[in-house]
Amino acid sequence: MRQLALLGLVFAIIGLAPFVISSDFTLNAVIMILYAALVGQAWNILGGYGGQFSFGHAAYFGTGAYTVAVLQVQLGINPWLGLIAGGAMAVLVAAIIGFSTFRYGLRGSYFALVTLAFAEVLRILSNSVPFTGAGVGILIPLDQGPANLQFVTKQGFFWVIWLITLAAFVTVWWIGQSRFGAQLMAVRDNEDAARALGVEAFRVKMGAIMLSGLFSGLAGVFYAQYFLYLDPYIAYGPAVSVESLLVPIIGGLGTLFGPLLGALGLHVISELTREFIGEFPGISLVIYGIILIAMVLFMPRGLAGLASRLRARPFGTRAKAAEGSHA
Amino acid sequence: MPDLAIIIPSVLNGLTTGALYALVALGLTLIYGVLHIINFAHGALLMVGLYAVYFLNVQLGIDPYVALFIVPPLMFALGYALQRGIIGKASHGRDENILLVTLGLSIVIENLSLFVFKSDTRAIDTPYSFEVVEFLGAFLPLPKVIAFAGALVTAALLWLLMSRTDLGKAIRALAKEPKGAKLVGINAEHVFAMSFGLGIACLGVAACLLLPSYYVSPQVGHGFVLIAFTIVVLGGMGSFVGALIGGLIIGVVEALGGLFLGESLGQIGIFLIFILVLISRPTGLLGHKV
Amino acid sequence: MLEIRALRKFFGGVKACNNVSLTVPEGKIASLIGPNGAGKTTLFALITGFHRPDAGSVCFLGEDITALAPEEIARRGMVRTFQIVQPFAGQTVRENIAVGAHLRIRSRAEALAKAEAVAHRVGLSDRLDLDAASLTVAGRKRLEVARALATDPKLILFDEVLAGLNPSEIRDVIPVIRAVREEGVTILLIEHVMQAVMSLSEYTWVLNQGELIAEGAPADVVSDPLVVEAYLGKGMAERIARREVRHA
Repeated sequence: MRQLALLGLVFAIIGLAPFVISSDFTLNAVIMILYAALVGQAWNILGGYGGQFSFGHAAYFGTGAYTVAVLQVQLGINPWLGLIAGGAMAVLVAAIIGFSTFRYGLRGSYFALVTLAFAEVLRILSNSVPFTGAGVGILIPLDQGPANLQFVTKQGFFWVIWLITLAAFVTVWWIGQSRFGAQLMAVRDNEDAARALGVEAFRVKMGAIMLSGLFSGLAGVFYAQYFLYLDPYIAYGPAVSVESLLVPIIGGLGTLFGPLLGALGLHVISELTREFIGEFPGISLVIYGIILIAMVLFMPRGLAGLASRLRARPFGTRAKAAEGSHA
Repeated sequence: MPDLAIIIPSVLNGLTTGALYALVALGLTLIYGVLHIINFAHGALLMVGLYAVYFLNVQLGIDPYVALFIVPPLMFALGYALQRGIIGKASHGRDENILLVTLGLSIVIENLSLFVFKSDTRAIDTPYSFEVVEFLGAFLPLPKVIAFAGALVTAALLWLLMSRTDLGKAIRALAKEPKGAKLVGINAEHVFAMSFGLGIACLGVAACLLLPSYYVSPQVGHGFVLIAFTIVVLGGMGSFVGALIGGLIIGVVEALGGLFLGESLGQIGIFLIFILVLISRPTGLLGHKV
Repeated sequence: MLEIRALRKFFGGVKACNNVSLTVPEGKIASLIGPNGAGKTTLFALITGFHRPDAGSVCFLGEDITALAPEEIARRGMVRTFQIVQPFAGQTVRENIAVGAHLRIRSRAEALAKAEAVAHRVGLSDRLDLDAASLTVAGRKRLEVARALATDPKLILFDEVLAGLNPSEIRDVIPVIRAVREEGVTILLIEHVMQAVMSLSEYTWVLNQGELIAEGAPADVVSDPLVVEAYLGKGMAERIARREVRHA
């Protein structure tokens, strides 16, 4: 309960942003941090709490993004409906990927590679079929107004991403308090032992991947509406997949607040990079890569792990992180 | 339905491409077989090799085939250092961590070269770049034929190294019985790094054989990574023969897929094979051996 | 309660389990002994759904459970522990036990409360909030027992729950196992520590190279020459017999 109160407090403070921040630039930064926290929290559900490392979360992100874009552009369907449809389609893709991997007991590196392959298949498909605009991409026409899930001011977008991200965080809070979460973490820590105690590992993992896909897909919908342009590389390319896993790894795998810390940390680092090195293609990804290596080598429990070590008591839920046991 | 006059050249072309894929996959399968890690940075390291061959040629006028004596040893050293300095220290007991670190390496290498070399595509001019060989009514580029032969020779050399030398014995011992091998005094860290270096040296060879008929760009390795994984999985993780056969199969599938479905969709065939193989037979078509 | 008929499993040429039939009676502590590599753990894995048998059947409470998944078998009231203890590392003892409790309890709070109660029964009350990974071997064995117990089973299969413990730890754990039986849970033990089994179980089977070679009351079984031979090698049975005659 204390965690929920803390969560409420944190989001209430973030919710002050539109009232106290007047510059669009700064509010945009807050929006992008929330967006990164959402993408990271989505991955965290499956990777952090479920122990299934996906390298292809772009599959869900891109599906959400393309769904809302294609429905609008090709069929003239309202993006608020597209938001629901995008989430639903992402869940469907997650269910398909989950079913075809978990059913056959794929774990560890194999799971990571297969998820990556699925994302690549979708990227190539979206690059080849006409209704996604193929390689040219798809442009959502500018038609500002709340009814079109496009806003004249940044405030509107802020509240949309604030709400979706809050939903993701409350969901993860619930995971930490529920039977589903206890079973999911048991599967993460030792699948055989969990099954011996009656945990339906397959069903639990399916639940995790679908929840994870849902929030990734919603992040994709938001991205499409915010930037109004998509191409196969943006939607299904490796950048999203990497960002998804990097955020919770930096912040702390399997912790409630880890993705928020990670999103904040990543944003600060990116800004510093831009400040000191300047804006060159690829440079931010170089930094991402270096951070990823450094985190795994030196801080496998992330910032949350560091915080808990400093305070010498558990931060958030337990951080099982990357130092698990392979019995 | 295209007739044989189109299919045969396509298949032959696929075989020559497949041999190069096999060479890339050989390195990957060697690393997997011994260290039980999946080197995600494999494609990025191939790109490094290609740039090395490119600049040796452009700056110093060294022929790519002469570079065979320079680039693979350099790549070997690079691989040794990476394994010893970074990858070997990353596991903390979980395979996924190694995958993450090699993913990080690939991101760094790829984007650094994007930063340094921009996204330009570069190729080299050699007197034989456009020579062709006629075979079964098909005209095959000479560099691809050489690459095909070179891949087979490399595979044979690698096999000899593994089966006939002390290093090979140590590697195999470590792959099979890590604990036992350490007990009899094999320096595991050193041998692991040697294996990783060998795997990366294979990329050096591949780079030298590849560049005369190909190009280099910062993203060039990207296309090779999943293909190489597919081959390794298809051939059975850790199997040399499997990697060779798998490479040839994938080369042909890609060529025929491109012929019937168009370039872009043809690639999907590879990924679908990859997913299907992983799901249905994670130990590969030929089972597991080192 | 548990009826195994003609169960068979070969791994390549290795006959891990060959034509094994046995019936575990309700309310007893029964045991399965045999030298290392006899196929005991394989048999457990076959019974609890972790391996699929090549032939034969397993019946539990009168129902055929041969092809069921481990989680389904656990739900029907049969759980196993692992020889190599498998705690959920990084989670506390309380959380570990609660995973078992959740099999029958949806509410998190109730499952945690039940975990506490079960911990009390196996003597882990003082370590409820410790990381399970920080427990000693004896502590982890107790945790295995507790997690299994928390599922409210009708039958528990203990895989070498006493192995790796020193004599005083064994003395501490034995009453815990007896208490489990007193509550009406049937127990099947796997052990290769014979002495412990002797004092604990009421009926025993002996497995060697995948086949049952003897069964009966523990005291009778251990003097069976076939059993002695399996444990100590050929010729040993005769030598012991001769020595006993001399002493008599």
